Amino acid sequence: MPNQEKSKQKDSKLTTRRDFLRGAGNYTVASLSGAAMLLSDPKPAKANVTWAEHFQKNYRLMTEEEKREAIERLETRYSEEYGKKVTVDDTASIEGVLFGYALNIQKCIGCRRCVKACMAENNQSRGSEQQIEWIRVLRMEKGNFSVEDRDQHGYPESFGVQVGGNAYKPAGVVLEGQHYYEPEQVPEKDAFYFPMQCMQCEKPPCVKVCPVRTTYRDPDGIVVIDYNWCIGCRMCIGACPYWARRFNWGEPNLPKEEMNPVTHYLGNRPRMKGVVEKCTFCVQRTRKGRWTACVEVCPVGARKFGNLLDPSSEIRKVLAKKKVFRLRADLNTYPKFFYFMD
Amino acid sequence: MGDLMARFFRFVVDFLQAGFSGGVLYWCWMLFLAFFIMLWGYGEYVQIANGMIVTNLNDQVSWGFYLANFVFMVGVAAAAVTVVFPAYVYKHKELHRIVVLGEMIAIAAVVMCLLFVVAHMGRPDRLWHILPVIGIFNWPHAMLTWDVIVLTGYLLLNIVGGFYYLYKKYAGAEVNKAFYLPIVYIAIVWALSIHTVTAFLINTMPARPMWFHSVMPIKFITTAFAAGPSLIIIVFLLVRRFTPMKIADEAFHLLSQIVVWCLGIALFLTMSEIVTELYPATEHSLGLQYLMFGHNGLNSLVPFFWGALSLMVVSFVLLLIPKLRKNLTLLPFICAAAFIGIWVEKGMGLMLPGVIPTPIGEFAEYTPSHIELMVVGGVWAIGFFILTFMLKGAVAVLLGEVRFQPRGGTQPIQAEHGKATI
Repeated sequence: MPNQEKSKQKDSKLTTRRDFLRGAGNYTVASLSGAAMLLSDPKPAKANVTWAEHFQKNYRLMTEEEKREAIERLETRYSEEYGKKVTVDDTASIEGVLFGYALNIQKCIGCRRCVKACMAENNQSRGSEQQIEWIRVLRMEKGNFSVEDRDQHGYPESFGVQVGGNAYKPAGVVLEGQHYYEPEQVPEKDAFYFPMQCMQCEKPPCVKVCPVRTTYRDPDGIVVIDYNWCIGCRMCIGACPYWARRFNWGEPNLPKEEMNPVTHYLGNRPRMKGVVEKCTFCVQRTRKGRWTACVEVCPVGARKFGNLLDPSSEIRKVLAKKKVFRLRADLNTYPKFFYFMD
Repeated sequence: MGDLMARFFRFVVDFLQAGFSGGVLYWCWMLFLAFFIMLWGYGEYVQIANGMIVTNLNDQVSWGFYLANFVFMVGVAAAAVTVVFPAYVYKHKELHRIVVLGEMIAIAAVVMCLLFVVAHMGRPDRLWHILPVIGIFNWPHAMLTWDVIVLTGYLLLNIVGGFYYLYKKYAGAEVNKAFYLPIVYIAIVWALSIHTVTAFLINTMPARPMWFHSVMPIKFITTAFAAGPSLIIIVFLLVRRFTPMKIADEAFHLLSQIVVWCLGIALFLTMSEIVTELYPATEHSLGLQYLMFGHNGLNSLVPFFWGALSLMVVSFVLLLIPKLRKNLTLLPFICAAAFIGIWVEKGMGLMLPGVIPTPIGEFAEYTPSHIELMVVGGVWAIGFFILTFMLKGAVAVLLGEVRFQPRGGTQPIQAEHGKATI
């Protein structure tokens, strides 16, 4: 890597402090001594760090040592870029834990607080140019399937064939529901709501089609992505039946002040352009025994989360006592995301 | 050994010289292509610098123009087999003489495929991640890894087979059949595999019901073996027109017969697909319905579908008539119609309704951005640039205009019949 060498030499002439950091290899000092110190540097070592990132291995194949190095590199870069002390966690899945999620569609009021909380927690790109949301709330119209609805409108297609109850909807909206609703207040009288996100399938089609194994399912059931290994081929986006995966079309826009500095390598650390991302059940929180951001924020308690392997967990009680179903069960993906009604 | 190396080196130099020599018309054509190649460079630069946000792809339609062209070109690459197969399996003499030209077309087409894939990738800088050994190869699970194997394998087979043959011609030696023939026969089967795997790449995703049917591989192959020979006919006619290379009418008659039968089967499969989908008209057929009739005013694909279908039907009917099929003045135009029809039908006409509506049923229309047009146009220009160069070189070698001289000057012989003005 001659280029890497070159840029190193170039940089080292500029500051002696950098020399110390790199020469001694004492990255712990670098990250602990904090962002303030790094911030004061007018020439951030971004290019240098990015070079090393280019040649790192797939996360799952890294030795503990390489993982530590990769994480230190990221912490340094993020701390510089976002002007605060950023931590990148690498907590692995805990034995005896299989995460499950259940959503009460009877309770959901469609307020989309979960969508916003998810964005605040997970450092998605935001703004008019590129806004990435991991949760979509579909607004399902009541009476959508009623006979009156069809009778009033007659047969819409010129060739006289009844094609279904959705042909009367304006162009561009979804079949049974749509996610662009902007009401004065929720819940609306004539609607119910149906949030969707990554289902963390037990047999995830996205993982199967990934040519470089950058996305995989951890033992706790969370399907994760190594953003540094993703080649951006979008096979997984094609294969996902739940439209759960999102692509960073451009350089993500994440304002410094809105950036959440508590991150996980496989979760909410800032992404780069050209890679795929999706819901990770807030891996940075849940592997530390916390709720996901969406569970925490839900004002009506429609969202339940827990360990499926723990017989006394709330999620197990929901599965045992409520009317539960999974989305698109016909595809044999075995989601770990359940819907239920009281 | 050193002698061999020197001879091979001379072959490369002479081939390059022969490939890059020609009259005014030749250089005008190459400059014309170079202009589009520059646009490609600009488009790729903008896309790599800013990300794929410069395309019109989005969350709803994340596969588009690049992959559409990729799928189509894989077919064209595979179609070289329509020259190779009759030449070697049926010992068709006329095709046997020009079989290497078919291999040149395959090489250019595979290069285009690879460039389309690179354009489609969000992180082309990480291409090495997908290479076996240095990267991680999710084989045999991921269909894309199969595609990498078959495409690179096909490229290598054609380069080795084609240029080995040319080199032997150049050196004035006989081909070593024990080495050459196995390559040829493997390449024949391999050609089928590249398009089959490409079909499996997209038809193994139940999330996209429009693609989720088992007719796709055979339909891919029939459309490929209609579009490919159509292009080959046009290219061979141009070769015959502009170089002293003699290609017998018989060769064109056989190729046009292949076109007509494959086109007929392709149309039959299209009909089967339409009936199967539209008779019950479940939600799974919404993609096809959107393609054929539009959806509540979103109907930008409708004229393309019917236009492409008309081109295919008309060229099929015309080719059915022996008198028209054997008219070599008319034939290239019919072939162009078939080629364009299949390009639309199998490119955008296949790619877009597969992703529209989205898995949750959202309809979003897509038209390629300027950058996408530049990149795709540029890749086509690169393909034709490579093809022109290789055909020039290959024809010169086949005609004996360029051949190895054991002693004497380093210049290749300029043949007597130097009519090669282009």
